[in-house]
Parts: sequence; C-alpha cells; structure tokens
Amino acid sequence: MQRRELLKLAAAAQLTGAAGRLMAAPGAEGAKLLVVFLRGAYDCASLLVPTASDFYYACRPNIAIARPGEANGALPLDGQWGLHPALAQSVLPLYQQKQAAFIAFAGTDDLTRSHFETQDSIELGQALGKRRDYGSGFLNRLAAVLGAGPLAGVSPMAFTNQLPIVMRGQAKAANMALSGNARPSIDARQSEVIAAMYRNTALAQPVAEGFQVQGEVMRAMQAEMDAASRSAMTAKGFELVARRMARLMRERLDVGFVDVGGWDTHVGQGAAAGYISNRFEELGRGVAGFAEEMGEAAWRNAVVVVISEFGRTFRENGNRGTDHGHGTVYWVLGGGLSAQAGGRVVGEQQEVAQATLFQNRDYPVLNEYRAVFGGLFRRMYGLSPAQLAQVFDGVAPKDLQLV
Amino acid sequence: MLSVAMAAVLLAGCTAGPQRPEAVPLAALRRVADDPATQLRWLDRVTWGTSASSQAELARTGLPAWMGRQLSPQAQPLPAAAQAQIDAMTISRTPLPELARSLEAQRKAADALADEDQKKAARQAYQQELNRLAREAQQRFVLRALYSPNQLQEQMTWFWANHFNVNIRKDAIRALVGDYEENAIRPHALGRFRDLLGAVLRHPAMLRYLDNAQNAANRINENYARELMELHTMGVGSGYSQADVQELARVLTGVGVSLQPADAPPPPKMRPEVQADHLRQGLFEFNPNRHDYGAKTLLGQPIKARGLAETDEALDRLARSPATARFISRKLAMYFVADDPPPALVDRMAATFGRSDGNIAAVLRSMFESTEFAASLGRKFRDPVHYVMAGVRLAYDDRVVQNVDPLLGWINRMGEPLYGHETPDGYPLGEAAWASAGQMNTRFEIARAIGSNGAVLFRAGDSKAPLERPAYPPLAESPAVRTMQAVLAAETRTALAQARTPQEWNIFLLASPELMRR
Repeated sequence: MQRRELLKLAAAAQLTGAAGRLMAAPGAEGAKLLVVFLRGAYDCASLLVPTASDFYYACRPNIAIARPGEANGALPLDGQWGLHPALAQSVLPLYQQKQAAFIAFAGTDDLTRSHFETQDSIELGQALGKRRDYGSGFLNRLAAVLGAGPLAGVSPMAFTNQLPIVMRGQAKAANMALSGNARPSIDARQSEVIAAMYRNTALAQPVAEGFQVQGEVMRAMQAEMDAASRSAMTAKGFELVARRMARLMRERLDVGFVDVGGWDTHVGQGAAAGYISNRFEELGRGVAGFAEEMGEAAWRNAVVVVISEFGRTFRENGNRGTDHGHGTVYWVLGGGLSAQAGGRVVGEQQEVAQATLFQNRDYPVLNEYRAVFGGLFRRMYGLSPAQLAQVFDGVAPKDLQLV
Repeated sequence: MLSVAMAAVLLAGCTAGPQRPEAVPLAALRRVADDPATQLRWLDRVTWGTSASSQAELARTGLPAWMGRQLSPQAQPLPAAAQAQIDAMTISRTPLPELARSLEAQRKAADALADEDQKKAARQAYQQELNRLAREAQQRFVLRALYSPNQLQEQMTWFWANHFNVNIRKDAIRALVGDYEENAIRPHALGRFRDLLGAVLRHPAMLRYLDNAQNAANRINENYARELMELHTMGVGSGYSQADVQELARVLTGVGVSLQPADAPPPPKMRPEVQADHLRQGLFEFNPNRHDYGAKTLLGQPIKARGLAETDEALDRLARSPATARFISRKLAMYFVADDPPPALVDRMAATFGRSDGNIAAVLRSMFESTEFAASLGRKFRDPVHYVMAGVRLAYDDRVVQNVDPLLGWINRMGEPLYGHETPDGYPLGEAAWASAGQMNTRFEIARAIGSNGAVLFRAGDSKAPLERPAYPPLAESPAVRTMQAVLAAETRTALAQARTPQEWNIFLLASPELMRR
C-alpha cells in the first residue's frame, strides 16, 4: 500500500467513526481508556496504606508508612486507608476532586507468584487452566469488539518498544515508544519502496502501520516543541511519555497501553523516602501530567487504570524489602468517575489482620481483574453480554460503578 | 543417535584447549544440499550472520566438518585488530577480585570526603568508572560476535547470558558483568548444563542481581530460589510448589559475596562445628553464620544439612529433573528453530539431554541433524542483536571495526541492550515480541545508518575526524550478497531496481524482508 493511500484510509476511518457514533451506546462516544501496567509487582501496601491496621505496623518494623499526622505519615483518605506521601502533589488532588479511586484486594486467581507467568496471564485475559492463546490479548479483543459495534475505526496503541501481549490479536494495533527524540531519516519515497517490498509478506501490516504512526507521533511532538509555555517542555522520564500519550490519545486513539518497570523490591525498598517513594513520585507526576495534558473535556471521558501482576508479601522480608505476593491494589483515574467511586476506596474489602491474610502471607484477591475490567467496560462502552464474552470469556462482570 | 565415541568427544568439549581431539564431522549432514544458497542459510542460522569470509570457509570445509568444529570449538585467535582492542580493556587486564576491591575502595573514599562538592565529584567518577567497565563488556562481546571463528559458541554465550540474565542497571553489576560472561558463561556455553548452572550460582553478578547475597537464616530472601526453578531449570508449572521455593531459599542461605581477600580471617564468632564449612573463592563466599542448618525437603526428597554441599545436591536435583531437560531443550529449539518448535524435535533433544547428563553440544547436535532444523532455515525472525550483527557482518566482512559504539546504539534503539534486560526472564525469543510496527520502523532507520553511513564504525574513538569516503559499504560487490540475490523475492528485486544511489540500494537490501530473517 502506498503511503498516501494509507493516510487517506486513515482519514476515511475517522469519518466512519464519527458516523458510527450516532448509533453508539450511551457512554461509548469519545471514551478513552489507558491501562498502565506496573511490571514487577509494586508494593501496594506502601501505596494504599492500611493505616487502621496495627498488624501492618507490627509486620513492617522498617518499611511501614507512618500513620497520618505523624512525621512523613500517610495522607489520610478515609478511616482505614492512607496514601503514600510522595503522591501529595499529584494523585491526592485528583482523589480530592473525586477523579481517582483505588480498588483494594484486586488481582488474579493465578497463584504462581511468577512475574512473567502472571503478567502473561493478565495480558491474555483468558481463563486459567486452559491452553493459552498467545496471539490474543484482552485490550486487542476489546478494540476488536468496539470496532465492530459501538465505535468504528477504533485505534488501539501501545506506547512501548515492542507490541505487548495485551495488544496482540485481530484488531490492528500499533506500537511506538515515546521516550526518544529520534527523527525519521527514511524519506517518503523510500518508505513507499520499503512498504512495497513487504506488501505480500506477513509483516505488511506492521510495516505500513509503523510508517503511519511515526508520522502522527512526529506531528504530536512538533506540537510539543511549539507549545513553549506548557510544562511539557521540561517534563522528563515517565511524565514526558505520559504527556505525549495524552496528546496522541486526545487526538486520535481510543485505547492505550503503557508499562512502567522497576517495582521488584526484594531489598531496601525504603518507606516514606527512598527507592519506592521516588518511583511513586515519578509515576504520580506522570498520571497527573496525563490528566492535565488531556484537557478538561477529554479527561472527562478518559479512564486510566493502573495495575500490576500481583502484590508483595505483607510482612517485610529480612532485607527491608518484600517478596512476591498475591493480591494488590489497582488505581482508577478519570475526570468522569462516578460519585460512587471518585475519591473512594472501592470493591470488596476485608479487615487487614493476620487472620485475613492469604496463606498467612499476602493480601487475598477479592476483586478479580477480569470481572472488574468487565464491569468497567460495560459501563464505559455499554457492551452487551455477548460482546463482553468476546473480551473475557465466561466471566461475570463485577460492577463497581466506577464511571 | 549418539555413538559412544562421539559422546566422549562431546563430553570433553566444554573447555577449549590445544590438547583437544579434532572435532567430529556431523555425518548426518552429508545429505544436505551443498549449493551456495543453502550454505548461506546455514551460516545465517548457526553464526551471527553470513559474511563473505565465513561463506568461503564453509564452502572449503564442507558442512559436516564445519558444523563439527562449531560444536567443538578450539581456542582460536581473533583478527589482530580485534584482539588488540580487547587486550587493551581494563576488564581483560584486571582479575575480578582486584577490580572489585579497588572499586569498593574508590567508593568508600568518595563517601568519606568531607567537602560536599568533592564528594559529589568523586561519586560521579566512581559511577563513570562503573559505566565504562560495563561498556567494555558490551564492546568485547560485540567484537567476538563479529569476528570470532567460534560463531556458535558466541551465539550460545548470548543465549545463556540471556537465559541467566543479569542487569547492569542494578547496583555495581556493571563491574561484574564482563567477568560473568567470560568466566561463568562462555567456557560452559557448549559444555555441561550442570557446570554452567554451578558457575552461574557462584558468580557475584548473579548473587547480587537476584539478592541471594542478602539471603540468610531467619532473614530469607526468596528471589534467587524462585527464579532458579522457574527460569533457570525446571520452568514454571513443572511440579514444584511455593514450599519448594521457600526450602530452596533456605538451602541457599549463606551463599554470597565477599570482597575480603581469600587469606583474610574468616567471619568472626563462628561455631566450631561449622567453621570448616566456610569457603572463599575469588569473590564467592559461603558463610556458615548466615546458613540455615535445619532439616530441609526439596521436591519431595530430604536434603542433608551440611552447608554449601546442600546447594550442590539441590543443583544436581534440578539439573537432572526431566522438567529441566524439556524446558532447556524447548528454549534452545525456540532460539534455533521456531517460536513454537515441533514437539517431536523437542522430545528428541530432551532425551539427548537426559542421556548425556545435560551435554549442551550433544543436545544441539541432535537438533542440527534433524530434518525439522533444515526445514526451518530462513524463517526465524532476527531479534535486534541478530539484525545488527548480521548487517555489519554482511556489509564489512572481516574488516575490523574501530568503534563498536554505533552498533551498541542501534541495538539499544531496538530495545535489546546487552545485559540491559531489567527482569530475570531475559529477552523474548519469539517474532511476536520483535516484529511490531514501532520496531520495523526503527529497523529501517538502522538499515539506513549501516547502508549509507557505515563508515562511522571505522572512525576510532568519538573523534570528529571526517568519515572515510565513500561512507557506505560496497554491499553489492560482496560474493555473499551476489549469492543471496539469486533467491530474493520479486518485490525485493523490484525495490532494489528503484534505488537511485548505491547507498539507497544498501538501505533497501538491509531493510528487505529477507534480511529480517535467519
């Protein structure tokens, strides 16, 4: 396919998209979903601190986050929970504006406590115990369902160097990392010649898509250069990526995915200050930067879900760190969170005590991720049970009334 | 089927030395067609990529004998210009214990400075030295991959370094990684799996990376124990339990790292009955004070409490598990044959693994002699390291590059930096991970860099000296490229015909679908 034709096709897809929206289910129009995957299993008990639990403080003599009111203490969210102090400037304001919620005791039923096994199983979103189909991730299946129903011309994209498992599948999904500044050195004619070489090969689609996405990313980055007054000019690391994601998603994408590594803290994770605190601070700035860059209107239709493969041991280990655990905490952010969810800790919960630990070791999983995502997708896009079954086969959606 | 004589040769095959018997040809390969195009495909799979000189060597030797030599490598010099670069490196000249101790002294001296500005500058110098040492390790690897006559050994060195992944972004692993590859991995890359496993376990890079240096009685850190079973040997879901992970972590207590000289006094206050268990070898230390001497059960069998020997017993058990034979064989077949390798082939390789007590060369041999291997040639998608090495080997043959940093930069841009994978699973081996839209785009940029501006590789250091002219490789003149052209797809030939300059011809060739595969 020639580049020019390709761009024409993309423009046409957007038009049918607009027409398709007339028939869209309530809520689907303009909805934007970003999934942020914290690879390495972050220590959720440092993020969402069970401040009412004496057991927590007994289990973590060195790495607990102090109670609200104490020096470097957690930021109080409600009587039970507090937020890590590194998020005071970024996520706390969103929470106070009812644009953030946390789902405690979330996760998968996968019990391997293997990062790689569990990351794969989450991204695949398939039933456990069956043969895995590595060619089909749940965000791709969502995109396929949306493209055939409530929306048309759906555009999913992973903001990563490689196409992650969650985005693999039938729907056309692009990928490109947004951290660099490299400008393309292949000119338009060379692109056409190269795309023509691949026309009859299995790689035709990624090659064509790659040239197209690169053009879009370059235009978005040009806008970044032009917007001299915006804070994006000085953003670094994940915040820079997050702001670029927001610009691309605001303009043209419906479903996005990004991952953030560095959460496997077996040794010296720190508490209110130190390693994990720095990671939270950067992540928080990124999430808040994403919200700001989306702008008020688009942010109202956006939902950001932050997940990780599992939690960590509830007790600190011998090295002031934590080992692989089970249940974790998901974050949900968006300008249009429901009054029921915004500014709350939601989902099924239990007292945090020795008796309620899973295998006397970890948080239990009370809010299974496929059920939670299924409930969210039904609300965001008005999906029918049949459509939901295509995304998460055999799952009863759990409605946490997030949006 | 492996004959007895053959097995003896292969069992001796883990250390290269002049006294070794001549490699035995792979007789089964005589039936393989010996036309130049087929030989090119074998080169592309067994080596880091076809070069004109490797093509000539294979044609001269014949495939059976050439494969025999690759499986049973003799110590052979690199080209002088490459060897000189390696010999000049700090990591080649300084034994690891000495290097690690002097760096530790440098770190302590920096921390002890009272003046904040001086302290900052000294800490920065320390970090820069660590970076430089990691860079040397990367550069040395690239030089060997490009020019070593033992190409299969170099590929296997990458494979095992990836299988037993460590990451230079953690702590001071930057100073250890060169020695890790050189002394724990490369000597065993075609040897016995159990030897490799043991060498990895005793290396400070692994002990630091997976935190076992901090694993001690009553202060258990499970990290290494878990990955040892999940990633290094049996594979997840192969029958071990969480309880096994915890028991193996107890076995591994006290297995750690010490910067003390070997003749320094042992750790103080040791119970007399365990004093003899203390061991220091290089930077490796077994410290009985930190070991859990309680009774343990691993995989349903008790482990006799006796200090470090518990670790050997555990590794024997893991290395001889049928799950390990299968897991390792499958991964080798994924690397060399197909993302989803034929189960019958994996079964045969696993049987060889069991029969030969984990002789890696024997397992590979059974794979190379299979019809499945021959049928897979030209189909395996190149990962970024393969893509870059193949491009440079094809473009410049054995003309030794003076500056490998551009190569490292290209590899980084595609997301596969050497020793840079953060998590212990190593980089993925399948096409789906590397053939995405963003990745293909980057590959074309790199095709352009090699094809039109390859002279950057021959400008020593980071000087701003002008590039030699022409600044691009004479790809079309390479005998290997001429052989290849005969079998290019019509679309690729059409593209090449549209090239307006020799540089553009190079770009289109390097960007072609054929060059993405090996």
